[in-house]
Amino acid sequence: MSSKDIDQVTGVETTGHEWDGIKELNNPLPRWWLWTFYGCIVFALGYTVAFPAWPMISSATTGVLGYSSRADLDTDLAAAKAAQGDLLTRVAQTPAADILKDDALARFARAGGKSLFKVYCSQCHGTGATGSVGYPNLNDDEWIWGGSIEQIEATISHGARSPTDPDTHFNVMPNFGADGILTTPQIDVVARQVASLSGIKGGEATAEGAQLFADNCASCHGTNGEGMIALGGPSLNDQVWLYQGTLDAIRSQIQQPRHGVMPAWGTRLGETAVKQLAVYVHGLGGGQ
Amino acid sequence: MGAAVQNLPWVIVLGAGAFFTLVLSGLGQDAAFSAHMGIMAAVLGLGAIVLLWRWQPASAAPASDTTEAAGGYFDAPIRIGSILTVFWGCVGFLVGVVIALQLAWPELNFGPWFNFGRMRPLHTSAVVFAFGGTALMTTSFYVVQRTSRARLLSDNLAWFVFWGYQLFIVMAATGYLLGITEAREYAEPEWYTDLWLTIVWVAYLVLFLGTIIKRKEPHIYVANWFYLAFILTIAMLHVVNNLSVPASLLGSKSYSLFSGVQDALTQWWYGHNAVGFFLTAGFLGMMYYYMPKQAERPVYSYRLSIIHFWALIFLYIWAGPHHLHYTALPDWAQTLGMVFSIMLWMPSWGGMINGLMTLRGAWDKMRTDPIIRMMVIAVAFYGMSTFEGPVMSIKSVNALSHYTDWTIGHVHSGALGWVGMISFAAVYFMVPRLWGRKQLYSMRMVNWHFWLATTGIVVYAAVMWVSGIMQGLMWREYDDQGFLVYSFAETVAALHPYYIARAFGGLLYLAGGLVMAFNIWMTIRGRVRDERPIATAALQPAE
Repeated sequence: MSSKDIDQVTGVETTGHEWDGIKELNNPLPRWWLWTFYGCIVFALGYTVAFPAWPMISSATTGVLGYSSRADLDTDLAAAKAAQGDLLTRVAQTPAADILKDDALARFARAGGKSLFKVYCSQCHGTGATGSVGYPNLNDDEWIWGGSIEQIEATISHGARSPTDPDTHFNVMPNFGADGILTTPQIDVVARQVASLSGIKGGEATAEGAQLFADNCASCHGTNGEGMIALGGPSLNDQVWLYQGTLDAIRSQIQQPRHGVMPAWGTRLGETAVKQLAVYVHGLGGGQ
Repeated sequence: MGAAVQNLPWVIVLGAGAFFTLVLSGLGQDAAFSAHMGIMAAVLGLGAIVLLWRWQPASAAPASDTTEAAGGYFDAPIRIGSILTVFWGCVGFLVGVVIALQLAWPELNFGPWFNFGRMRPLHTSAVVFAFGGTALMTTSFYVVQRTSRARLLSDNLAWFVFWGYQLFIVMAATGYLLGITEAREYAEPEWYTDLWLTIVWVAYLVLFLGTIIKRKEPHIYVANWFYLAFILTIAMLHVVNNLSVPASLLGSKSYSLFSGVQDALTQWWYGHNAVGFFLTAGFLGMMYYYMPKQAERPVYSYRLSIIHFWALIFLYIWAGPHHLHYTALPDWAQTLGMVFSIMLWMPSWGGMINGLMTLRGAWDKMRTDPIIRMMVIAVAFYGMSTFEGPVMSIKSVNALSHYTDWTIGHVHSGALGWVGMISFAAVYFMVPRLWGRKQLYSMRMVNWHFWLATTGIVVYAAVMWVSGIMQGLMWREYDDQGFLVYSFAETVAALHPYYIARAFGGLLYLAGGLVMAFNIWMTIRGRVRDERPIATAALQPAE
């Protein structure tokens, strides 16, 4: 083998080795590559001097900048808290109704409530609080347990039919069909009576229907189906329905009613958060 | 006659294995273990039957085998490996498309077997270990023999390693679908599957090292350094990461030896080096052989190959903590994970430079040879993702990118772009040679594969950049009052169109894989497609 093997195409010497026809050129390391590599190493060393890096016997070097990610987080949280000023404290100290009267405070509480709502409430009531079947829409002015700021606050705090809160809103609609309180034809008649109140297809006001309604429904839903907030009896005379406004749905609800449950958020989130949520929900459009 | 006798021990071993696993199935402490062992018994039993049926006549050994038996290279497992590489590739891509669609339309989760939670490790393992692993094993057998001028250490050992690894793949895949998992990323198989892989992997190391030791070349070629680094390091990573105590020797559950942040760090030490030594070092070995062979040019720089090899393997092993920025991992470990990743940039690029510059004097082949084109795009994506990696390891960048789709895009530009493309090129290179064909069935279909795959990757990566950065920004967005603006569900809803686009990118890539499967199949059958040659130059003959 000759002492020097030159690649004809590039004029570069090879190393003289060959494997299955593969040779290697004896090119030097590209300078830009080498210097960038050195640069990265220098940066790395410098960074380890500046930041916590080298493990010692009982702890690690702390770095000349004194950085720690926990302290960094504390700084950020303190800055965020400082940026909010005393607003959070004032929300805590101010009754919800008075928060509404203070524009700056209301704006702050509403923003906080909106953020909380997305985390805790949107799963049932929807991101835009529009609700869905079985979960009330919070944008309209129809309220089962009342739409004043205090009532909304109480509902959020204690929930509805919450098993964990003795002060929770509680009511039960009887199983008219399943428990044999009304016969199937009677249910049909009263369902048509209810449907007639808001002009639902199939609705029909009859004397028998009116009588059945007065005997069985009016005590909670009001004489004319206008609802009864004190008992949590939803109104039946408008287009807003918790379980769909069709004759079938009304019949099924009378036959064997469904009962929604809302958690009591007061003990979970605290009074201030509930207040923020109440301000937000109240401001969605239906607050009274 | 001779073959039948020769295969008899294998038949006995497989039969005994089938019996043993059937007994284990009966004794299993949980339903999943019993089912898994039942599947194993079926697979091993089937293997025994196939061996009996295939070799009982014992007369019709392929002609090439006799030349191999006469002391040439042992190519039989390489032929099967080439086919299985293509097969597992298509399986992995298909499952990837399915889970991409599941993310876009959750209704496509068909539980419990085909839920996302089980399909996702099926996808990652199918691509990394089934497709990538089979490609690495197959090409390593091919390369080490040719660059050492030596037959593999032992034919039987080679068969054991090859089929043993395939058995591991089947055990892992079926286990996932049965819900058997250690929940360790890229190391989900349970303890008994891990033990089996350990045995196979040590045998692989012996086979590879033994072949190198009996080489007839004075020096060890650079590709073999990378393959060896891959085999050796994966053995270490696999063993340490999977240290665990089985709840029962007849059950499918085990508990890790580590807990808390130590466990997290062990997992990412493993996870990151699975990328580093499986998906980088191993495939660099592939690149170092097939690229100069296909280009018919010398490797650009021997010195660069030495320096970048040692720098790469020294630095990679420390970079894992960058997966745990801003967690319970101590700050000092996070710092080291970051700076080692940054130092890794140039050593990674050494491979790219050596690959691309090897084409000096052969750049014209980019026009005429779609296999070269595939290799170039592979190296280009390698360079892109090994730059992106260090950037993402910088803590302030990571604060935005971590947990987002950006990471998914990053790993796919590496896996689809680098790992996939270089493996396709290697398969296209090997298959005509392994079956004694003058050329591939169709060069134009290779070109089609190239464009489908490249378009797929570009769509995938670009979409994930946009969605990942958007996701990261939405997570951290505060309003002027200091409250978070978006709920998690809102960010998920915002990603929906991007998830559809991502699935489309994956579909293109899968389509490319199917084109390859057809092309390889027809090549093996000895067909040549009647087509216009690419550009004006003659096709690169498989010679």
